[in-house]
Order: sequence, then structure tokens, then C-alpha cells
Amino acid sequence: MSISKLVRAVSVLPAFLLAGCNMVLLHPSGFVAAQQGHLIVVSTVLMLLIVVPVIALTVIFAWRYRQSNTAATYAPDWDHSTQLELVIWAAPLLIIIALGALTWISSHTLDPYRPLRHVEASHTAPVAVKPLTIEVVALDWKWLFIYPEQGIAVVNEVAAPVDVPVNFKITASSVMNSFFVPALAGQIYAMPGMQTQLNAVINKPGDYEGFSANYSGAGFSGMHFKFRGMSPSDFHQWVQSAKTARRELNSESYMQLEKPSEREPVRRYSLVDTGLYDAILSQCVTPCPN
Amino acid sequence: MSELTSNLMGRLTWDAIPFNEPILLWTFVAVALGGVTILGAITYFRGWGVLWREWITSIDHKKIGIMYIILGLVMLLRGFSDALMLRAQQVLSFGNSVGFLPPHHYDQIFTAHGVIMIFFVAMPLVTGLMNFVVPLQIGARDVAFPFLNNFSFWMTAFGAGLVMMSLFVGEFARTGWLAYPPLSGIAFSPDVGVDYYIWSLQIAGVGTLLSGINLIATIVKMRAPGMTLMKMPVFTWTALCTNILIVAAFPVLTAVLALLSLDRYAGTNFFTNELGGNAMMYVNLIWIWGHPEVYILILPAFGVFSEVVSTFCGKRLFGYASMVYATVVITILSYLVWLHHFFTMGSGSSVNAFFGITTMIISIPTGAKIFNWLFTMYRGRIRFEVPMLWTIGFMITFVIGGMTGVLLAVPPADFALHNSLFLVAHFHNVIIGGVLFGMMAGINYWFPKAFGYKLDPFWGKCSFWLWLSGFWFAFMPLYVLGLMGVTRRLSHFDDPSLRIWFEIAAFGAGLIALGILSLIIQLVVSYRKRESLRDTTGDPWDGRTLEWSTSSPPPAYNFAFTPVVYDNDTWADMKKRGYVRPERGFIPIHMPKNTGAGFVIAALSALGGFALIWHMWLVACVAVATMLIAVIVHTFNYKRDFHIPAGEVVRVEGIRTRMLASHV
Repeated sequence: MSISKLVRAVSVLPAFLLAGCNMVLLHPSGFVAAQQGHLIVVSTVLMLLIVVPVIALTVIFAWRYRQSNTAATYAPDWDHSTQLELVIWAAPLLIIIALGALTWISSHTLDPYRPLRHVEASHTAPVAVKPLTIEVVALDWKWLFIYPEQGIAVVNEVAAPVDVPVNFKITASSVMNSFFVPALAGQIYAMPGMQTQLNAVINKPGDYEGFSANYSGAGFSGMHFKFRGMSPSDFHQWVQSAKTARRELNSESYMQLEKPSEREPVRRYSLVDTGLYDAILSQCVTPCPN
Repeated sequence: MSELTSNLMGRLTWDAIPFNEPILLWTFVAVALGGVTILGAITYFRGWGVLWREWITSIDHKKIGIMYIILGLVMLLRGFSDALMLRAQQVLSFGNSVGFLPPHHYDQIFTAHGVIMIFFVAMPLVTGLMNFVVPLQIGARDVAFPFLNNFSFWMTAFGAGLVMMSLFVGEFARTGWLAYPPLSGIAFSPDVGVDYYIWSLQIAGVGTLLSGINLIATIVKMRAPGMTLMKMPVFTWTALCTNILIVAAFPVLTAVLALLSLDRYAGTNFFTNELGGNAMMYVNLIWIWGHPEVYILILPAFGVFSEVVSTFCGKRLFGYASMVYATVVITILSYLVWLHHFFTMGSGSSVNAFFGITTMIISIPTGAKIFNWLFTMYRGRIRFEVPMLWTIGFMITFVIGGMTGVLLAVPPADFALHNSLFLVAHFHNVIIGGVLFGMMAGINYWFPKAFGYKLDPFWGKCSFWLWLSGFWFAFMPLYVLGLMGVTRRLSHFDDPSLRIWFEIAAFGAGLIALGILSLIIQLVVSYRKRESLRDTTGDPWDGRTLEWSTSSPPPAYNFAFTPVVYDNDTWADMKKRGYVRPERGFIPIHMPKNTGAGFVIAALSALGGFALIWHMWLVACVAVATMLIAVIVHTFNYKRDFHIPAGEVVRVEGIRTRMLASHV
């Protein structure tokens, strides 16, 4: 009696723990991340079709053909069966054909470089709004976000209006990092001298965790930023508040900012040199020897 | 004068010794005391001569195999200590608390943990088992190039020595186990850490490559008459495929590390941000080595499971041919998947999809293998000895790791899971649940063959259950944390709700620690109880392959007469046909002779590596020149072989005859 209670308590514990934690990858707030989370679930279920029987058969065979069970059939020389061999090669093959098709399609539809066709699962009409461009620079050890259309820049905070597609252009100043907001969309590397892109959309207002997902040196653990999903009017205000900062981001202040530092507070710039991002991308912020 | 000093001492000063780091200082004191005790004991028992003649200079593949495994187990203690510190730090470092490891330490520890576990634990264990078992399984008296074998071992051992030295002299890399540039370049890692990384891997890599060539030649050329390729034991098949992978993959590692050294030492720009350098080239090259590397580790483990399952089910292996083809298919495909390690670096969707699908295809032959073991159990008579327990534990654990691996091969899923703790859980799932469980099965299985007595089953079972449950406790929480969006290599967390999962993981690591302790107790207890665990027959498990036809431990020459093979379960077939062991007609046996050259050359190359790490240019030149002289001198050593006289063979075989008679 008490043992069965204990067993029940132990088996309930993981479920209780899981209920208490926020699996952001499976319950994200952005359309792209939602599709990726869905893909994780579907692929896992597809594979469980074969994994569960294998585990069950292992346990069943181990028990049934234990040495002490002399009632079980013993066939020491039975080592081949063409039908069975066909099944054991065909079963994983079929799963992989299904999963392979899923992979091919989803790799294309969820290509981070591809502009979004819609911003929500329920929408069937193509996006009418113009995407917002945000340029992202991974620095030692903080993030710089430049809004070229708004002419502002922010350190360690990034915002976007809900249901508006965002086109991130991403690079880094010194070493490799990975730009990742789990609630928004999958990650993409930020690499010096190279540009990567990410197209995503946030569907629910709120503050979400963003960070570097690739180890980049001593300050890596503190390389967090806030991603803020906002209503269009809140976003407008947020841009305006940056405009009042009266701080300019040009090559000199960038060179100051670029120096290694950790856990920088949010800092806003009201004016940004056009061409700064391109200079960072081509590793040429200080005057280049042509 | 100062120029001479700088050429002699390079950048090595007293500051390189971590006097002010209590953890390292106490570790050093413990290691030094332990070392002095061991050295003292060897001197007291007059062991130096024996150690030099019987082990260090030995070219006997069995002794070299055993030394590899000892090296792997010793390094496991170091790599696992690192793991415990990482787990402890991640439990303690929440909110205002920063834990006990500053990033400077923590980053060295996770780098060292990965490097040591792969290069100096898994590789020596795998190479050691192949060295010990393969010649015995194919009815050979040694490997094809016995001296080279000794040299390979010492290169690996001295490579491990260099990594250990970085603990007390200077520091290790703070870059992650694959040392991606630009972070590992001279601009961002100017200190000696990455140089320790480069030279220890280069030195050990030479050993691994030569050992690969050696074992391929052995398997291809030295099989007993009648043993066609399709009559080779499955373990030998997996060893062949693994060594082909080694020979094809390790030169890539050597080349990419050489390019990185050029960037660091000579100011070239292969992987820098400037002057046309491209860090992604490094990432491609290192994974072109790195992905085959994981199959180098897992294939021999698959081989062990095949031998163990067939022996302890008392049954022929189900689907031998499909097992062999599956192994070969995995070998080939392992070269076509490397890009799945960096889907997130912005390759096009077709490229990503191609590499994702090739990765998934590997799960088909792997799945077929699992089914083959399953149907070997079907209608068997399963004896749950310790090696079989590890095998069943593997089958249940590994399929989970395989499943999460295929999930990570779906590029859009990988965008979310890449570099997360989900990934960490996945590769520990396959490397512990696959490679390590396989090595434990293999050690328990072949120990009586190596030492003449079985390992104590009680402590073996304790070790197995602790490892198995410890693994599940330690890594299942990491899957959950990965889905919560937690990335790896963090030394500090803000969100307190994550903490419980790290606590569970730390508890699991504690169970694994007890599992390792049980393994040590098992070795000690077995040694003390060796008389009651003695294997007098040479065939303690009712084995099926040739190694079980010799005595335990086998004589230096392995087989007095070369066996003739008619079936892939040769020894089972011989027993069935009423094989009678010959007791007369022995002739002298031609054998290779021990030499200290391998040890000396490897030691000199380690000295050269150390000097290069510290920029001691004069010492480096002298070490390399001396090494070349030692190589040349060795080529003039014509005393390479000798004959074991017939009388000695008669004596050894006589002992075996009496032992067998006493058993019956």
C-alpha cells in the first residue's frame, strides 16, 4: 500500500515539475518559433512510433528469455530471417522518408533568410505591412541594435511592434556569438566580417529573454538583452524616448562602446551615423587603409 | 644574456604557477603526494626494472591495450572531477551568488572536460580495447607494426600529460572543446591555453593516426587462414571501420590545427577577421574531422555489444551480414553530415536540408543494428552477467539519444535547440549511453582474458545501476532545460525557476560519482579475491570467438599454433566440433623485441611541444633535433626480433594443460 503510494508520488513528481516550468520553445510568442516548436513535437512523435516499441521489446525479451525461464523457446542457431530483416530495415526507412520530407519542406519554409509570407497561422493573406529592419551587432559582451529607418540605436534592448515582420541583419565585432530570442524565433550566428539574417515576428506583447547562444569569452554569461513586443503606439513612444536621449553613435563613440565590458545597462542613442553598420560589417570603423 | 634566458625560458615565469588558486594548489598537493607515494612504492618494491622491461618498452599488443585502458580510466577521474565542478557551479550560481568559479576558471574547466573526455578518455578506452582484442580475435600473434604500436601509445599518453600539466603550469584554453576562431586566435586568446590545446592534440593525434594505420594493416593482412572478411567477428569489423575513419579523418584535424598554429605563431591569416581570413573555414574543417570522430568512438562500442549479446544469449548474432553492411554504411555516411553542427551559421535552406537528411539516413543502419541485437535476444538464454546488463542499459538509453539526435538534424528544430542544454543532454546521451556503456561492457567482458580472473560481479552491478540511474538523473533535466531555452556554457543564471533542474542534475552526477567509486572498489575487491574469481579455462563466459580459445591471460605469443577458421563464431564452432587442443609438436615462435625507442621519441616530442607552448625556442630546437636523432638511431637498431624457444612454448603450454586438467 505505502509502496504503491510512493510509486505514485514519484511518478507524479516529474509531471508536477514540468507543469511548473516554462518550456518557452514549445509555447513561444512568435509565429516562427511556434512553427519550430510544433516541428519539434511532430518529429518527436513520429520517432516515438519506433522508439517506444524498441524499448518495450528490449524489456520484454530480456525478461522472457532470461536464463531461468526454461519454458521459453531456445534457438541457439537461429540467426537469419529475410522477412524480419526486411522489416527492420524498412521500418526506420519509412519513418526517415516521412521525416526527410518534413525536413525538406520545413527547411525551406522556415529558412531564416526568407521574408515572412504571413505573420500568424490564421492569416492566409500575404503580409501587407512593410517589414521593420533592425541591424544587430554582437559586441564583447553586449548587443547593439540599430534601427536605420528610425535613426536610433539601443544597447541591450530591442523592441518591435506586434504582428509586424522584422528583418534582422546580424554581424559581430570580434568573435562569434549567436543571436537568440527563444520566444521569437530560432537563433542565427553573429559572426565578424559576415552578415546573417533572420526574419521573424512577435505576436504577443511582452518582455522576452534574449541572449547569446554561442560561447564568446569571459563575459558570455551576462550577455542578455530584453526583446520587447509592443503595440504599435507603444513602439512609437519607445522610438521617441530614444530620440530624446541626445546621444550620438558615430565611429568614435562606437569604438568606446566596442571595448570589452560586461552587463552593460540599456543605453539609447538618438542619432546614428548612416553607414556605421556597413563599416562594422566590413571591419572598417576606424579609417581603413583603403 | 637576457636573450638567452628568453630563448631558454620563453614566457614561462613563476607567475604561471597558480600559487594563489586554492583549488588548484590543493589538487597539486594531492597529486604530488599521490605521485610521490606511487613512485616511492615502485622504488620500495624494486618495480622500476619490471615497469621498464615489462610495460614501458613492451611491444606486446595486450600490454599496450591494457596501458591504454589504464590511461583512459585515470583521465576519466580528471574529466569527471571537472564535470562535478561544472555541475556544482551551475547549482550555486544563481541571482546574487556567483558560485565558486569565476569565468576565467569555469571556461577552462568546460573546455578541459570536453577535450579530456573525448581525446583522453574515450579514445584511449576504444583504442585500448581494439589493441587488446583484435589480434586475439583474428588469431594473430601481435599487430602488424608492434614498435609503432608502442610509440602510438606513448604519443597519446604524453599528449594527455601535456593537458594535465596545463593544470599546474600556466592554464588551459578558454574556448570550448573545438576552439573556434576568432576566439582561439592570438588576438582574443593570447595566453598559453590554446597552445596547450593545440600541442597536446597534435602529439596525441600522431599516436592515434599511426595506431589506425597499424590496426588496418593488422586486420587486412594478419587474419588466421580461413577467416574471410565475412567471417570476421563483428568487433573486428567495427574496429576495421573505425580505423579507416581514423586514417581518413585525423589528418584533417592535424591540418586544421597546424593552420591555427600558423595563425598564432607565424601571423598568417587563415582564420582571422582580417586580410581575407575566414573563421568558417575552420568550423567546416574541424567538423569534417569531428563528425567522423564520434563514429570512431561509437562503432567499436557497437562491436562490443554485438559480441556481448551473442555470448550472453548463447546464440549466434542475428543478421551478421546486415550488421556488417550497417557498419560500413555508417562509416561512409559519417563523412556526409558534418554541416549539421552549424545549420545556424546561415547556409542556404537546400544545403541545410541536404545535410539534415543525410544525418537522418544514418539512423536507418543504426536502427537496424538495434533490431539485430533485439532479435539476438529473442529465443536466447540470457545470462544477466555484468557485460549484458551494460548492453541492455545501453539499448534502452541509446535509443533516446538517437531520437534526440535525429530531432536536432531537422534544421528548423536545430535553430531552436542548437547549443542549448538539450544538445548537451543529447551528446552525453549517446556518448555515455553508447560509448561509455560499451567500454564498461567490454572491460567487464574481456577483463578475465587480460588478467586471468573475473571482475567481482556484485560491485560491477553496483557500478552499473549507479551509472545508469545517475545518467538519467543527470541528463534528463538538461533536456527539459534545453526546451526552456537555456543555452550551454553559462556560469551564472538569473531565473530561480531553473534551479531545481540543476539540482536534480547535480544529484545524478553524484550517483555517477558513486558508480565510478564502485568501479574502483570492484577492481580492488576483484584483485583481492582473484583466487576465487580465477578463470582456469580461458573461456569463462562460454565465448564464441577466437580470443576465448587461448589461456587467460594469453601467453606472449597468443596462439601456439595458428588456428584455422571455418565459421564466423569460430570458437563456438570449434567447441561444437569437439576441438582437441594440441599438446605436442611445438616449434620456436618468431616474436618482436621490446624497445624503449617509442617512449624516448614520444617524451622528446612532448618536451618539444611544451617548449613551443611557452615559446622556449632554444629548447624546442634542441628537443626536435634530439627527437630526429633518436628516430635515426632507432632505424639502425637491427635487434628487432627473437625466437621464443620451443622448450619455452612446451613449458607454457604444459602449465595450461595442467590448469585445464585441474578444472575438469
